[in-house]
Amino acid sequence: MNVHPGTAKPVEDPMLPLTYEVVGIKKELPDTVTLDLRAPNGMPFEFEPGQFNMLYAFGVGEIPISISGDTSDPMQLVHTIRVVGKVSQAFAKLKEGDSIGVRGPYGVGWPVNNIKGSDVVIVGGGLGLAPLRPAIYSVLANRGQFGNVVILYGARTPNDLLFEEQLHEWRGRFDLHLDVIVDRAEAGWPGRVGVVTQLIDHAVFDPEETAALVCGPEIMMRYAVQALADRGVDTKNVYVSMERNMHCALGFCGHCQFGGTFVCRDGPVFAYDTISELFTTREA
Amino acid sequence: MSELSDLSRRNDVHVMKPEGTEALIRALIEDGYEVIGPKVIAQAMLYEPYEAGETPPAGWTDEQDGGRYRLIARDDGKLFDYVVGPQGFKRYLFPPREKLWSAKRTADGFAVGRDGAPAKAYAFFGARACEVAAIGIQDRVFDNGEFSDPTYNARRAKAFIVSVDCSRSASTCFCASMGTGPAPEAGYDIRLSEIFEDGHHMLLVRSGSEAGAAILEKLDLKKAKKADLEKADANSRRAAEMQTRVMPDDAREVLARNMKHSHWVEVGKRCLGCGSCTMVCPTCFCAAMEDVTGLDPDSAERWRQWDTCFSVNHSFIHGGAIRQEAWSRYRQWITHKLSFWHEQFGQSGCVGCGRCITWCPVAIDIVEETRTIRDSEKTEALHG
Ligand SMILES: Cc1cc2nc3c(=O)[nH]c(=O)nc-3n(C[C@H](O)[C@H](O)[C@H](O)COP(=O)(O)OP(=O)(O)OC[C@H]3O[C@@H](n4cnc5c(N)ncnc54)[C@H](O)[C@@H]3O)c2cc1C
Ligand code: SF4
Ligand code: SF4
Repeated sequence: MNVHPGTAKPVEDPMLPLTYEVVGIKKELPDTVTLDLRAPNGMPFEFEPGQFNMLYAFGVGEIPISISGDTSDPMQLVHTIRVVGKVSQAFAKLKEGDSIGVRGPYGVGWPVNNIKGSDVVIVGGGLGLAPLRPAIYSVLANRGQFGNVVILYGARTPNDLLFEEQLHEWRGRFDLHLDVIVDRAEAGWPGRVGVVTQLIDHAVFDPEETAALVCGPEIMMRYAVQALADRGVDTKNVYVSMERNMHCALGFCGHCQFGGTFVCRDGPVFAYDTISELFTTREA
Repeated sequence: MSELSDLSRRNDVHVMKPEGTEALIRALIEDGYEVIGPKVIAQAMLYEPYEAGETPPAGWTDEQDGGRYRLIARDDGKLFDYVVGPQGFKRYLFPPREKLWSAKRTADGFAVGRDGAPAKAYAFFGARACEVAAIGIQDRVFDNGEFSDPTYNARRAKAFIVSVDCSRSASTCFCASMGTGPAPEAGYDIRLSEIFEDGHHMLLVRSGSEAGAAILEKLDLKKAKKADLEKADANSRRAAEMQTRVMPDDAREVLARNMKHSHWVEVGKRCLGCGSCTMVCPTCFCAAMEDVTGLDPDSAERWRQWDTCFSVNHSFIHGGAIRQEAWSRYRQWITHKLSFWHEQFGQSGCVGCGRCITWCPVAIDIVEETRTIRDSEKTEALHG
C-alpha cells in the first residue's frame, strides 16, 4: 500500500505529484529563495524535521528539496532552494499563485525526539542550515527538554548567511548559544573568520551527554564529525544528512544507493556510526 | 473443471511431444496472452512476440565466453540447447523507456495523471531458471513494502511464465553457485524439461499454479513415467556439473570488507564504462526520469528510461559526480549486486546468468574479479 505521508491518505500512485500553490516567496540570498506552499484543498502537511519532498517544475524536472519550515505549522509547507541548475532555476522564477508539484515527505529525518535530555549541538554549513531549521524549531519549541543548545553555522562570506533575521533572533536568546563563522570577509566584519570546525573546539557542551546534528557539504561534515569526536562526543550520537542524486525517492531508481542503504528511504539523515565505513571511502 | 482434475493436473508430471509447444503457445494466445519467446534474430537468441502457429526455433546451441557469443545451428531438432541471449524478459515488465504520466495546465495550476495503455498480459515462454529468479528479484525491488511501482506491478500481476530447465551450460553460466538453477524450484506457471535421448524427444510438463493447471487442461498430455523424471533430473544435474565458473559463497562478506582494495583500480583500467553489463543484466533496475514538454507548452510528460551506474551522470550532485573514476563505478556495481543487495532485499542481486561476462567488450568477469579480491585479501592487508 502506498501512503502519502504528508496527507496520511492512501495513494494509488506514489509517482504522481500533487499540485501545490505558491503563496509566499522570500528572496533569502541572491541565489536562494524560500517558497511557502499550500495544498489546493487546504490539507495540512505533516512531516518530521529533516525529511524532504520531490518538487516538480512543470515540464522541466523534479528534484529533492528538504523541508525548511516548522512542523508545528503544518498549514504552511516551506522549502528553501538554491539555484544551481535548470529545475532550481525554474523554481526561482515562480510567482505567487503559480503551481508546483509536490511528492512526499520522504526519508528519515533528525531524531529530535530521541535525543531529549542531551545537550544538542547543531552544525550547519552553507545551505545545510535549511534542512536543520525544522530541527531547531522543534528543539526550541520544547526547550525545557534539552540540555545546552548550541548552533554553529559556517558560510562562505557574510553575504551568504542564510536566514539572517532568524540568526539575529536566536543570538538574542539566553537559552541557546549561536556562533557564526565565515570563510572569508571584508574588513569590518565583526565576527569570526575560519571554518566551522573551529567553533566546535570552543563551544560549551558536555561531550558525554551530547547529540550532534550536522548538515553541509560532505567535506565539511567529515571535518565536523572529526572535531566532535576529538571533543569526546561518541560518534553514535552524531547525525549527518547525506546528499545523493535522486530521481524517484521511492527506492526504485537506484541513484541514491549508498552501501546497503538507499539515501531516499534509509536517510537522508543517518547516525554517523552506521555509515562511517563508507563515509570515509573514496567515491562511494 | 472439477476440483479433482484440477488437483491431479497440478501435482502430476506429464509429457508431451516437442510439437506440443504449438498447442501450448496457441492456448496461451487464445487465453489473451501476448506470448514472448525465443527467436533467432540478428544471430542472437532474443525474446520476441509469437503469433499463433509459431513454435520455438529448433536445432540451435550457443558458445559463450568473456566478450564472445556465437549461435550455432545444428540439425538435431533440440529446442532448448542454447542458454541465455543478450536480453532477458526484463524489457517487457520494466521497459527500457516508458511514459509514466502526463500533465496538463489547468485554470488553477496543472493536473497530473497516468494515461498509458492498460497493462499487457505477457506469457514468457522458455524462461530459464535464472530468468525466473531474476523476475523474483525485480519483484522485490518494485514492491519494497513501503512503495510499489504501479506499472511494473500491473504487468507482473498478469504475467504467465513457462519455464524451461537447462540441460547444458555455457562457460559463462554460474547459476548453480548462486542457487538459482539450472532448473527452477518455483516461480513458474508451467515448467518444461526437455528430454532427448536414444531417439526419444519429448517435453516433461508440470504446472506450478492454478493458471498453469488450467492451460494444461487444454493440451494433449500423457502421464510421465518415473524414468522420464529421472532423465530430466539427470539433465539438470549435468548442466550444473558443466559449470566451471563458481561464485565464492562468501562473496558478500569479501566485497563488503574490501572496499579499499587496490584491485578496484586495476579493473578500472580495463573497464570502458560502457554500461553494457547493466543493460544485459536481468536484475539491474536503475532508471532515470526525463521531463519533457511537447509542441504544446501547456502539456508535459514524465518518462522513465534505463540508466546505468557506469555513467558519470548517475552520481551527479551539484558540484560534480561522486564517482568520477571508472574503478569506483565498477566497484559500485559489483558490490551492490553481490553484497549490499543482501542488506536491501535479503538476497543477492545476481542470478548467475553470465550475461555481464559474455557481453562485456573487454571480458571483465564478475566471478573472476570477486575471486581475485578474495584470493589477494591477505597480501593486500599486508601491503595496504
Ligand atoms: C535529500 C536531499 C535534500 C536536498 N535539499 C535541498 C534543499 O533543501 N535546498 C536545495 O537548494 N537543494 C537541496 N538539495 C540539492 C538539490 O536537490 C539539487 O541542487 C538539485 O537537484 C539540482 O537540480 P537542478 O536541476 O537545479 O540542477 P542541475 O545541476 O541542472 O541538475 C540537473 C539534474 O541533475 C540531477 N541532480 C543534480 N543534483 C542532484 C541532487 N543533489 N540530487 C538529485 N539529483 C540531482 C537532477 O536530475 C537534475 O534535474 C537536496 C538534495 C537531496 C538529495
Ligand atoms: S550480474 Fe551478471 S551474472 Fe549476475 S544476474 Fe546480472 S548479468 Fe547475470
Ligand atoms: S565491466 Fe565491461 S560491460 Fe561493464 S561497463 Fe565495464 S567494460 Fe562495459
